Amino acid sequence: MAQIFHHSTNLISRLSIYGGVFIIAALGAALYGIELSPWYTDQHVAQQQPVPFSHKHHSGELGIDCRYCHTSVEKSSFAGLPPTQTCMTCHSRIWTNASMLEPVRASYRDDKSLAWTRVNALPDFVYFDHSIHVSKGVGCTTCHGPIAEMPLTWRAGTLYMQWCLECHREPEKYVRPKSEVFNPYYEPPKNQLELGRRLVKEYKIQSLQNCSTCHR
Amino acid sequence: MDPEGSPNIAGAGEAPVLEPGHTLATVTDKISSIVLGRGTTKGWMLGFAIALALLMMFNVAVTYLLIKGVGIWGIKIPIGWGLAIVNFVWWIGIGHAGTLISAILLLLHQKWRTSINRFAEAMTLFAVACAGMFPLLHMGRPWLFFWLMPYPNPMWMWPQFRSPLVWDVFAVSTYATVSLLFWFVGLIPDLATLRDRARKRAAKIIYGILAMGWRGSAVHWTRYEIASILLAGLATPLVVSVHTVVSFDFTIAIVPGWHSTIFPPYFVAGAIYSGFAMVMTLAIPIRKYYHLEDMITMRHLDNMAKVMLATGLVVAYGYMMETFMAFYSGNIFDRSMIMNRMTGPYAIVYWTLIACNIAIPQSLWSRRVRSNIPALFILSLVVNVGMWLERFVIVVVSLARDFTPSIWNMYYPTKWDWMTYIGTFGLFFTLFYLFIRYLPMISIVEMRSLVRETDKKPE
Repeated sequence: MAQIFHHSTNLISRLSIYGGVFIIAALGAALYGIELSPWYTDQHVAQQQPVPFSHKHHSGELGIDCRYCHTSVEKSSFAGLPPTQTCMTCHSRIWTNASMLEPVRASYRDDKSLAWTRVNALPDFVYFDHSIHVSKGVGCTTCHGPIAEMPLTWRAGTLYMQWCLECHREPEKYVRPKSEVFNPYYEPPKNQLELGRRLVKEYKIQSLQNCSTCHR
Repeated sequence: MDPEGSPNIAGAGEAPVLEPGHTLATVTDKISSIVLGRGTTKGWMLGFAIALALLMMFNVAVTYLLIKGVGIWGIKIPIGWGLAIVNFVWWIGIGHAGTLISAILLLLHQKWRTSINRFAEAMTLFAVACAGMFPLLHMGRPWLFFWLMPYPNPMWMWPQFRSPLVWDVFAVSTYATVSLLFWFVGLIPDLATLRDRARKRAAKIIYGILAMGWRGSAVHWTRYEIASILLAGLATPLVVSVHTVVSFDFTIAIVPGWHSTIFPPYFVAGAIYSGFAMVMTLAIPIRKYYHLEDMITMRHLDNMAKVMLATGLVVAYGYMMETFMAFYSGNIFDRSMIMNRMTGPYAIVYWTLIACNIAIPQSLWSRRVRSNIPALFILSLVVNVGMWLERFVIVVVSLARDFTPSIWNMYYPTKWDWMTYIGTFGLFFTLFYLFIRYLPMISIVEMRSLVRETDKKPE
């Protein structure tokens, strides 16, 4: 009787047994890698905006306080995006002819808001409140990254639940004195853990991890 | 072994497990010719077409479900489970007979399991496939089913390990895996037989790949035996554990009618009860259509009927204890639950279930009934219906009367509920028809080992 299979089938079938395990494991690892990659999360990817607004220039070089534009950050869940009038407090006086700023002037003239591209947007099933975070010693740069060094703004975190939980599980690693919350150049001290533990106690930080804390 | 004798003289219980007159060659010829020799018959085509049509109906029901969501089913609070869970428990239960026959009876050296174990195991696999559909579809967002598995994820979340619904995932997926492996390992020597006997090239290649290079050497046989025994050992606890875990879905909750310690044993007994009924439902037409009366003998039918009788009595004891405990405990919620079952709006379902599961099967005490094939077939259908109704009573009737009377409600399955349920029969029978057409439905290898034993005492 003639052989059905070629001699090489022996090798292929053995390889496929061993390979099956490793290929499936590698596929899983690759998928996980993609899920964490900037390509998928937009982390560290600078977004194009209608006006190339630079946090580096305004917040870093000029030293404008975060709250000058994001006015509701201490009182509301939403930090607030400034209306065009806020831009025009300065730009009706300086750089009045800069072509780069034409969309801002047009917005002011026509009374039409600038359509910024959201950089940090949480899904609708997550409840997040800026005011509680800044009033418990979580700095702007803890979540938003080195904002004073961003010519165009990028997302500093993945916005995955993992990323939220990193801090909610161990707030002492991230918390800073309330006086430093809006300092974009704040560096955690060498004794962060020691300081953090003290601040957690002092600010009565609860380290909330219930599902319903955020998924209301 | 019992002394040889013609089944006309001795009772069905003493009939042989393989009619005399078979040799090694005739066994192989007969079983493999069903796959290779007969080709596709008209009867098979008709049955397959009906099954496939039902499967298409299932696809329609599922597609509409995915578009619209579970609101198309009749479920509404407080009855959030409905037919989906009834059907899940029912199908999973049916699978249990296959595992019992193939694993426990193998370890206990019960020779009568030999000719029914292959298709009983296939039944197990297909029933688990049907069962698995329901919790998946019931989730509402089935494409996120993998959230039930503990795997590294950027949510930093584990499944809720304290929930019996997660235990279910492990129990059922383990069950499906072990059953598939057990079934496949058992098939390997037979697949090699088919490979060697096939005349078409495609058949040779497909059976050849599936046979995984089986040559029938002594080493192969030793490993085959060891693997079979090991898998049987793995599968044995599953017979008990899977339906126990399924019963935890109910008992861990505090709903009256669910919160009861008797559930695990009586669920397992009920599973084996319905499983044997299903094996009987399948075996009787198959042995008739394929003329397998000499391999699936009256002895098999008789033994299966006896197992049904025994497990049916355990189930009856379960019902009795539920009722007794409701009154003995003095718990008003349990009492009103039982009273509602017996006299409430679903009383007709309860009494039909008692008739199907307890009253009518008592006729199996009679040897005349056990040797009457049409009666056995009808009885097996009655028990299948009864066991489905039992799950309906447990799931729906308990939920319909929650602790708070203001939320009491009635549950009426919609046409989509029924289409999904009947559609799973399409899935089941499509797979089953493909199985009997393309795989040896009786284990050639194990039947050959029986030949040697029946040959020992030629009269």
